[in-house]
Amino acid sequence: MAQKYQKAVAVEKENIVVDGVDVSGHWNRMFEQRVIFEYTPELIEKIASIPNAESFANCYQCAKCVAVCPVDVVGNYGPRKLYRYAQTGMDLTEAPELWLCTTCANCLRVCPKEVNMVKIMPAAREQAILEGKFVPNELQQAFENTAKTGNPLGQPQRKRDAWIQSAGVPVPIIKDVGRPVDVLWYVGSYPSYHPRGIDAACAAARIFNALGIDFAILGKEEKDDADSQRLAGEKGLFEMMAEYNIATFNKYEWKEMVVTGPHELNAFKNVYPKYGFERPVVHYTTFLARHLDQLKPLLKHPVNKKITYHDPCYLGRHNGEYEAPRKLLEAIPGVELVEMQRNRENGYCCGGGGGGMWLDSFTAQHTTMRLSEKRAMEAASTGANVLAVACPFEVSRFTDAVKSTGNEHVDVLDILELLDRSMRGE
Amino acid sequence: MNIVVAIKHIPSIADDLPVKGNNVDFDSVDFVLNEWDEHSIEQAVLIKEAVGGTVTVVGVDLIGELDNALHLALAKGADKVVKITADDPAADSHQQAKWLAEAIKGMGADMVFAGVQASNDIDGQIGPMIAAYLDMPYIGGTSAIEVSGSTATVSKEFPGGVGMKYAVTLPFVAGVQSAPKPPRYAPVSKVRQMAQTATVEKVAPSGEASSGLAFKKMAPPVVTGHAEMIEGSPKEVAAKIVELLKSRGLA
Repeated sequence: MAQKYQKAVAVEKENIVVDGVDVSGHWNRMFEQRVIFEYTPELIEKIASIPNAESFANCYQCAKCVAVCPVDVVGNYGPRKLYRYAQTGMDLTEAPELWLCTTCANCLRVCPKEVNMVKIMPAAREQAILEGKFVPNELQQAFENTAKTGNPLGQPQRKRDAWIQSAGVPVPIIKDVGRPVDVLWYVGSYPSYHPRGIDAACAAARIFNALGIDFAILGKEEKDDADSQRLAGEKGLFEMMAEYNIATFNKYEWKEMVVTGPHELNAFKNVYPKYGFERPVVHYTTFLARHLDQLKPLLKHPVNKKITYHDPCYLGRHNGEYEAPRKLLEAIPGVELVEMQRNRENGYCCGGGGGGMWLDSFTAQHTTMRLSEKRAMEAASTGANVLAVACPFEVSRFTDAVKSTGNEHVDVLDILELLDRSMRGE
Repeated sequence: MNIVVAIKHIPSIADDLPVKGNNVDFDSVDFVLNEWDEHSIEQAVLIKEAVGGTVTVVGVDLIGELDNALHLALAKGADKVVKITADDPAADSHQQAKWLAEAIKGMGADMVFAGVQASNDIDGQIGPMIAAYLDMPYIGGTSAIEVSGSTATVSKEFPGGVGMKYAVTLPFVAGVQSAPKPPRYAPVSKVRQMAQTATVEKVAPSGEASSGLAFKKMAPPVVTGHAEMIEGSPKEVAAKIVELLKSRGLA
């Protein structure tokens, strides 16, 4: 087969007869009315005319986004489809589709036209909220809780630092320390209040103490970062919280802020600068990986587990940190790290971003299964017995998901908890 | 259509009940809008949207923090807000009803809505007392109110799933159990905009009334027994629950 292939050249013919039939069809349709489709470009224009949502109109229907959209894997979704639905009559500001996007940004990674759902969705949602359109109840509750109590869980502000009682090590409050500290640790709402989040917060406190880090927390002065509320369309709420938080952060002297959650990292590093806050912020995985030489000798006890790591969208795709979490896990003696098929840049979303954390029941009505359940099944299929996470939204989401998919044998643990176990030998 | 909504600010004891003397320690609790009043406001705004008119929200400012609730009401569609500057956190619902009635008297209301009750005292008297002071008829426990001309169709729910509709001639006072739709969401940007631009009208408290009741003692509920935690695997636990229900004649 040494034959050299040439590019195919189309040959046009006026007609061709096959089995006695002229297949050009001119004899029966060339002069007839052709099928004409009617579209509603004004519904695309309606979205594209909202500030920050302009790129919605860029879509040229290539469908690369659909292949990576985590919602499409469990449903019928994706930016391309939204454009098509809008073309055929869907007003996105009134459709359930408005609330399904988790702003995971995998579509943006592959989109040749830079259709940016991370900007489009918050803008369209904000418009819908301001116009008094339908807002799912559970999301509304999270908004109201954040505005009233300073956290989406609706827990009292004065109990924000109650968790430190169970840490077993000193957790200094910056107001009481009365001097500059190296690290301001922003704990976050879920690590402060959610029982499984508190486990991670306590683990972090023990690790920071063991490493001799000069740290303090804001205690009762800490309030939610509100970045996910912003992405869910409540920009006014976000701005109110940002103003409070920036004023609070700037009350004290500290060199670097360490955050437990990727959403807080995204807020303080990428969004708060637009509101005048520009100080160094790192995620705890980045921070601890930097202290790996001091940390390694402390990891005395083997954790004999096969572990798979789930990349949080807001740590990975949004902030480019893929290696630090893996370095930390590999530093634990006894750990065998295995990868899920979708990892790093193509990591599958847990469903909690962009307000999804507070849309669980709503999303479940419009998908065949929860995104967290799909991911839990992927984790189980690697043969791992631990699903390691680095985002406070994920522990509760995946703990439920391994149960509902019959994979209870997979433990869902924050990397902080795994490091703490290796340190303490539990 | 001139609709007046009488609201009540109440101590939030969702978390715990701080006590000082024989009453709530008002300095250690946050005050929130009574949940039924959120439905009153929603009901009023729904009627305004359907037939036009104005919604005026009026409440007693017990601790100087009522503005937040009033700005929220404006963001949800109220047109005018009024606070009665009482500065008396212990004022009971009878006293509040008197102050509210005096403030509402000159407003020429076609309808006055009040939450059917409030969760702090479960007294349910504000609506009926305002009606008595204003010499207007009262209908309580409403689940939907629709207005056509000078008549309102008022839905009420009764125990056992029985519903009834009343034709009520305006003007009247209603104790709202619920709006036909869940209270709408007010975006924070709108609430903040209202806080910056809106005027809250101030009225001095006028008139005296009392329920004649006095608190003898207030204390958080005493825990007398604890829930029994059933141990075991999910299957064992389920079996024990079934056994328990059967033994108590519940299944």
